Amino acid sequence: MSGSSVTAAVPVGIDLAKPEMKRTREGFGHGLVDLGERRKDVVVLVGDLTGSTNVNYFQQKFPERFIEVGIAEQNMMCVAAGLAAVGKVPFLATYGAFASCRSADQIRVTVAYTDLPVKIGGAHGGISVGPDGATHQAMEEISIIRSIPNMKMIVPCDYWETRKATVAMADDPNPNYIRFGREPVPVVTGPETPFTIGKANLLREGHDLAIIACGVMVYEALVAAQELEARGIHARVLNMHTIKPLDKDAIQRAAKDCGAIVTAEEHQIHGGLGGAVAETVVQLHPVPMELVAVQDRFGRSGKQDELMAAFGIKAPDIVRAADRVLARKHPR
Amino acid sequence: MPRLKLSIEELHERALYVRRDIIALLARAQSGHSGGPLSSTDFSTALFFHEMNVNPVRVDDPSRDIWHFSIGHVTPVIYAQMAERGYFPLVDLLQFRQFSGHLQGHPSKHDTPGIEVSSGSLGQGLSVSCGMAMGSRMDGASRRVYCVMGDGEQQEGQIWEAAMFAAHYKLEHLCGIIDYNRKQIDGDVQDVMGIAPLGDKWRSFGWHVIDIDGHDMTQILGAFEEARNTRGKPSVILARTVMGKGVSFMEEDFKWHGVPPSPEQAEQALREMGTSLEEWTERLMGFANPEVAPGMRPKP
Repeated sequence: MSGSSVTAAVPVGIDLAKPEMKRTREGFGHGLVDLGERRKDVVVLVGDLTGSTNVNYFQQKFPERFIEVGIAEQNMMCVAAGLAAVGKVPFLATYGAFASCRSADQIRVTVAYTDLPVKIGGAHGGISVGPDGATHQAMEEISIIRSIPNMKMIVPCDYWETRKATVAMADDPNPNYIRFGREPVPVVTGPETPFTIGKANLLREGHDLAIIACGVMVYEALVAAQELEARGIHARVLNMHTIKPLDKDAIQRAAKDCGAIVTAEEHQIHGGLGGAVAETVVQLHPVPMELVAVQDRFGRSGKQDELMAAFGIKAPDIVRAADRVLARKHPR
Repeated sequence: MPRLKLSIEELHERALYVRRDIIALLARAQSGHSGGPLSSTDFSTALFFHEMNVNPVRVDDPSRDIWHFSIGHVTPVIYAQMAERGYFPLVDLLQFRQFSGHLQGHPSKHDTPGIEVSSGSLGQGLSVSCGMAMGSRMDGASRRVYCVMGDGEQQEGQIWEAAMFAAHYKLEHLCGIIDYNRKQIDGDVQDVMGIAPLGDKWRSFGWHVIDIDGHDMTQILGAFEEARNTRGKPSVILARTVMGKGVSFMEEDFKWHGVPPSPEQAEQALREMGTSLEEWTERLMGFANPEVAPGMRPKP
C-alpha cells in the first residue's frame, strides 16, 4: 500500500476472538481530563447526564470549568456557542439523539453558521445502546451533522481512538461532533495508533475488496475480513473514523485497488457513512458497493449483541455483503 | 474604549438619524423588516451611544461590552447603529441584502465584523448571551452583556431555558432588553399566542424586571443604570414600544413587521422626519470614508 493519505496502523496483538472490552464514553471522559490538564480554555457542559457521558472525571478535577445546564439541550448548545464566542473551547455532552436531532437548528444557525469551535459529544450512539430502546438509540447523527456546512463528524472505533479524537477536536478550529457509545466494545487500536481528523487508518491490507467501517463496526469488519481470508478472499479494512471531512483519497485508492467496496456502520442507511462513501465513489471511481447499515427503521430494547444481529450489522452480515459485492465485481 | 455617554438631546438626534438610515436602506433594498427596527431604535441608540463600552475599530477588543440581537430580523437598525457608531462606512447601508454587499438579511459574523454571533432563528440569542456572560465571568472580566429580544420571541421555549440558566448562575452582568411592541407577523401578540403577564413571568424566573416606556430616553438610561447596579441576578428591561415608531402610517400596524416601504412611502416617511430620500441617500454616500471620525459620525 503506497497511499500517502492512508496511515498504516495494522493492529498488533489483538485477539479478535477475545478482544479487550472497553467503553468509548470512558475514552471521551479521559480525553477531556487529558485536555483539561493541557488547556485552560477547555470547559465542559452537560445536560444532566454527568455520569452516563463520563464527564464526571473532568468535573472532579476541574469543577470551576464544569457547567451543569440541566435538561435543556437547546440552551446548552447555544450557551456553548456563547462561551466559544468569548474564547473558550466548550465541550458539551448529552445523548446523541438529543445532541443531533433536538438541537439541530441550534447547531445549524448559531454554531455552524457562525463557525464557532463548539465540540459536541454525542453519547449513546447506535443500536448497541441496548435496553433503553429506540428513543435513546441515536442512529441519525451522521446524516444530520454531515449535511451542515462547517461541521466535522467523527465516529471513533474504540476507547483509545475516542480518547485521542476528543483531544484532537480541541485543536481543530471548527465545530465538530464526536459519536460514542454506551456499552463496552472491542479495543482494536492502542495508545500509539496515529489519529488525525480526516485521515483514514488502514487496519488490514487486501486487494479483492475494501471494507470501510466506522465506530464499533470496525471490529466487525476485522472479524469479517478474517473469515473471508480463510476462504482466500483478501479484504482491505479501512477505519473511516472521520465521516466529514471524508478521506476521499483513501476511498478512491480503495476503489481503484480493490474494485469493490462494502461499508459498515451502526447507523441508518440513508446519508450515513455508506452514503458518504458512495458519493465519493460514484464521482471519482465507480465500483460496485454494498452498504451494511440499519435499514431505515427504529431500534428497540434488547441486548447489544442480539440487537446488532437482528438489525443485520454483525460480521456475518458484512461477509454476506462481501459475497454480494464480489458477485457483482465478477459477474457469473 | 470609553463609553460615549451622549446627552439626551444628542441621543434623540442620533435616533432620528438611525430612523432615517433605516428607511433609506429599506427603500434601496426593497426588502427587509420595517416595524421592529423602528420600535427598537431608541433603546438601541442609548446602548450604542451611551451605555456600552464598544470599540468599532477593534471589534475583538477584550475590554468591550458585548451586544447581541437575538431578533436577527431587525438588521436595519443593527446595521444603522453600527454604521453610525463607526463599525463600517455609512454608504455600505445601501448594499443591505445585496449579493455584492456585506450586510446579510440576518446578522452574519463572517460577513459583518462586529457581529459576535450570527442569529436569525428566534429563541437562541439569550442562551448565547448567557454563554458569553458566563465565559466572561470565568475570565474575571468586568464586561457586561446585552441581549435584545422580541416580544413575539418570548413564545420560543428556549428563551425560558435560558432565563432559568441565567438566574441559576446569578449572571448579574447580563441585561436582556425586550422590544415590547405587542405585534408579530400574524397580528397582535396577545391574539397570536398570549405572553402576558410578561413582567411576572420574568420575575418568577428570578430576574430583576424593569418596565419602561421604550421611547423615553430618560427612562431608558435610568433602566440601564438600574440594571448595572443590580446584584445577584440578571436584569430584563421590558421596553414598551410602538411598532413602526416615527412613521405615521407604520405605527401600531403589524403588517409592517416584515415589509419595506415603497420608494413613495419611503419619501413620505423621510419627509415626516425632516429630510428627503435624495438628501439622506446623499448623506449616506458622502461618508464613504471609514477614516471620517471613527466611532462617531459628524452631523450631516
